[in-house]
Amino acid sequence: MSFYAVQFLTGLASASSLFLVASGLSIIFGVSRVVNFAHGSFYMLGAYIAYSLTLRLGGGAFGFWGAIGLAAVAVGLIGVLMEMALLRRLYRSPELFQLVATFGVVLVVQDLALATWGPDDLLGPRAPGLSGAVSILGHRVPEYDLALIVIGPVVLVILWLLLNRTRWGILVRAATQDPEMAGALGINQKWLLTGVFFLGSLLAGLGGALQLPREPANLLMDMGIIAEAFVVVVIGGMGSIGGAFLAAVVIGELQAFGILIFPEITLVLLFLVMAVVLVIRPWGLLGKPEAIIPKAAARDVGRPFRPLKAAWRWAGLGLLGLLVALPATAGDYALQVASEVLIFTLFAASLHFLMGIGGMISFGHAAYLGFGAYGSALAVHHLGAPMEAALIAAPLLAGMGGLVFGWFCVRLSGVYLAMLTLAFAQIAWSGVFQWYDFTGGDNGLIGIWPAPWAAGAAGYYYLTLMLTVAALWVLKRAVFSPFGFALRAGRDSRLRAEALGIDVRRVQWLAFALSGAAAGLAGGLYAFLKGSVFPTVMAIPVSVDGLVMVLLGGVHTVLGPLIGAVAFTGLKIGIAAETHFWRILLGGLILATVLAFPKGIAGFLKDKLMRPER
Amino acid sequence: MLSVKSLDAFYGRAQVLFGLDLAVAHGEAVALMGRNGAGKSTTLKCLIGLVPHAAGEMTLDGVDIARLDAFRIARLGLGYVPEERRIFTDLTVAENLEAGRRPPRQGSPDWTAERLFVLFPNLAEIRRRRAAHISGGEQQMLSIARTLMGNPTLLLLDEPSEGLAPKILEEIATTVSALKAEGLTILLAEQNLRFAGAIADRVAVIETGHIRWQGAMADFAADTEAQARYLLA
Repeated sequence: MSFYAVQFLTGLASASSLFLVASGLSIIFGVSRVVNFAHGSFYMLGAYIAYSLTLRLGGGAFGFWGAIGLAAVAVGLIGVLMEMALLRRLYRSPELFQLVATFGVVLVVQDLALATWGPDDLLGPRAPGLSGAVSILGHRVPEYDLALIVIGPVVLVILWLLLNRTRWGILVRAATQDPEMAGALGINQKWLLTGVFFLGSLLAGLGGALQLPREPANLLMDMGIIAEAFVVVVIGGMGSIGGAFLAAVVIGELQAFGILIFPEITLVLLFLVMAVVLVIRPWGLLGKPEAIIPKAAARDVGRPFRPLKAAWRWAGLGLLGLLVALPATAGDYALQVASEVLIFTLFAASLHFLMGIGGMISFGHAAYLGFGAYGSALAVHHLGAPMEAALIAAPLLAGMGGLVFGWFCVRLSGVYLAMLTLAFAQIAWSGVFQWYDFTGGDNGLIGIWPAPWAAGAAGYYYLTLMLTVAALWVLKRAVFSPFGFALRAGRDSRLRAEALGIDVRRVQWLAFALSGAAAGLAGGLYAFLKGSVFPTVMAIPVSVDGLVMVLLGGVHTVLGPLIGAVAFTGLKIGIAAETHFWRILLGGLILATVLAFPKGIAGFLKDKLMRPER
Repeated sequence: MLSVKSLDAFYGRAQVLFGLDLAVAHGEAVALMGRNGAGKSTTLKCLIGLVPHAAGEMTLDGVDIARLDAFRIARLGLGYVPEERRIFTDLTVAENLEAGRRPPRQGSPDWTAERLFVLFPNLAEIRRRRAAHISGGEQQMLSIARTLMGNPTLLLLDEPSEGLAPKILEEIATTVSALKAEGLTILLAEQNLRFAGAIADRVAVIETGHIRWQGAMADFAADTEAQARYLLA
């Protein structure tokens, strides 16, 4: 019994760091509506900067706690820098641009951290005076854990006082609820937002710095914490500090006890807890439904999609002709690159179908690419299936994944839905990563080669071209079918669509399955192209790659994702071949692009080249 | 004090204001009257900077406000009370007032929460209550009081009469008249002639985005034909 009590304390200690990070994320989102992917990077920077500062300031209590405090403030200032230099220019852009911009920051920070601190884990010092352990009920508990258990609630109280007992807090809460009205009352939101980014980033930095005595600073901290923080925010309720604390405790305890049984169970438990909470309370434990705020200016939902004009159809056929003729002139490597571009075009189109047509933003679309890739690979590996059958297994498994995840996701909307997709994708990733016996874990599955008739570069290119074009055609047909009309109606006005007798939830659920199946086919093709599958295929960066492709192309255009996929995949392969520090280049490029083309490349071209049709 | 010249505004491609001219003098109360959809609210939202306008001039005390952000316009002394009231329901009544507080300004009484509780005694009793749990009439009073906390010199009131019981309406009319008597300039968008008549000196009638009639409130109140043409359905 006493052992469980001690384990409970360990859970509480982990919850503290998680709470700090999640509350910062929640506060920033509440006021700015920016889903800040870079929040995990700020957490990581907090740990690294604290590490460097402890070396400078020496080992005393003053040095240690001074380093932690200074690291938190430094990270807060980095957050201010990001807000002022980047996000301020994007507040008027579509929400997703800000997200993608913050992911550009993630990439840049990853390479900067690698260049500054090197690839090795850096073990920080122990906290002076708290390096021992105390005996509780006959078990030894680290003193530092007890300190963390105290720090969490202390920060919770300070935040509560700041938000409820100061004028600044009142203005922040007012602007969170109705930013436009706050402006009409003379509140300058620019500085309010900057202040909020300082506070939120500081909390992330503090969380990272406090973690230093428990785990070494390393380059994987950013992606690890961000998914957990999203889960905490979704379970706790967006914008609720108390909810974030409660959820952090739940997750912390879940991990502390789950690990006793066997580590893999923690994921299942995480999944179950999240599912149960969201079915019972879709807005989180202490959250409130997303308020519908009257906006003075009409929102831009884009013009309705139209079938392409005849001239464009001919252009499309011409392009197809060129693609068919490509093997006549291109070498093997070029054909492999071309196949990869085609695969990611399909992946981007499947994501665009969900986002642009369905109005549901998926932060975790790589999950379906991964389901497809693993569906094929597992069929080959465990069942000895031929390529043809394995390529059928890919969309089937991914479509089923879409059905399962989608069932939960369509119960939510907006950013809750998006965060849930990310959380699901992360759970799927961890499942594949940890299930060694079945998926090979991070060793992956190798030897997934195509059938002899498609083994050559040209043969596989033709197979890819055929299946991609067929799948794109199916997606396009779906857009202009009654199903697509119903989906778009639900996107533009859920209430009116339901009043017309459309079961919006069901239509959206099917859209998840269709989109997942299309992404799955892309995943299956990808597995055979590479001859292997690794868990990275379903990791967060791949999901964000998809988002970048769709956004580069523009959400409100049908052809957009194609242009975006070609531009992005081409660039990425080009950059990766040239330099080790491809992340900083790619991140910089993403930042430059969102700042230069706030409407996407296709949207930009449309505005420049074509007069709007009347 | 306020001057609007040739104001055009659009929602998407639909034009809603056509070359609107409007002037409000110091200490005056002007009612902008017209049917639903005539462009009353849009005019006020253009003034406070919440809806972008396509063309035209707007000046407040000679200062050009046409290209300013809403918060800058508000800081110049334009107070806006929206039709939907838009009080912060997550905040208490007292916190709503605090959110509206701005430094004192020449030509405006230095409003404090305590002074506003004298003007709106109902609000004093519910000052600690969350604004989500107060009645429609109390919300309207809170919305006006919150804007007054910014010490405006010109008050834009968008259909305060909408959806309120006659007794509460009378209370609000009395209060607004008292504010006017203290020297506050008012531009009121309204459909309710009785309510507008109790407050305004002058009327500008708007129909499908054009000003159709301007003159003294007394003349408009007597002109049943104009009323029938521009106000009745």
